[in-house]
Amino acid sequence: MEKKRTTIVLFSGDYDKAMAAYIIANGAAAYDHEVTIFHTFWGINALRKQQPVAVKKGFLEKMFAKMMPRGAEQLGLSKMQMLGMGPKMIKHVMKKHNALTLTQLVEMAQEQDIKLVTCTMTMDLLGLQKEELLDDITYAGVAAYLADAEQGNVNLFI
Amino acid sequence: MNITKSLDAKGLACPMPIVKTKKAMDTLAAGDVLEVFVTDKGALNDFAAWAQAGGHNILEQKEDGDVITFYIEKA
Repeated sequence: MEKKRTTIVLFSGDYDKAMAAYIIANGAAAYDHEVTIFHTFWGINALRKQQPVAVKKGFLEKMFAKMMPRGAEQLGLSKMQMLGMGPKMIKHVMKKHNALTLTQLVEMAQEQDIKLVTCTMTMDLLGLQKEELLDDITYAGVAAYLADAEQGNVNLFI
Repeated sequence: MNITKSLDAKGLACPMPIVKTKKAMDTLAAGDVLEVFVTDKGALNDFAAWAQAGGHNILEQKEDGDVITFYIEKA
């Protein structure tokens, strides 16, 4: 039997929205779907390594790199950011309820063989390089996404 | 009922009970029975939907306080 397919576009760089995307993705993998998460624009920041990586960059790219969150745990909330208090509070509550952090959800996704794709065009715009992102990421564009999505049973844009 | 394997998913939040159950099911053969303990309130609907999608059979489920126990026969 052909496996069902779930594809998610993660456009947002908000912690809560990325969590929702990764929870659905992990759930879909447990549903035995083939799952693809296509990261574009701010969503790519969820895949950044937490440590700075030495790469050659121009002035604008360096500015972008500094201003954007470096990795999943640095992302802000879509609501109640409160100058950084919001994420601290929500992480406290998440711990209390045994919810996985975004970092753990990304790890779980990789463990479940979810295909993590990064849009190379927006990577260029944001000045991000492969060395700065997690390992085992697929680099592709809209056509690769559509190839997965056109066979998709579940398609989400978050 | 012969229980082949038991899984303790108590205290875990969505989506982990289903993720862990799927992993445990992957190690079983058709006809084997998995016993799962969960405390996630969404599990009642989640497990029913998940089992149906995979063709698995929930032989029995019971609630004891906060703990819900499922006995799932693998398809």
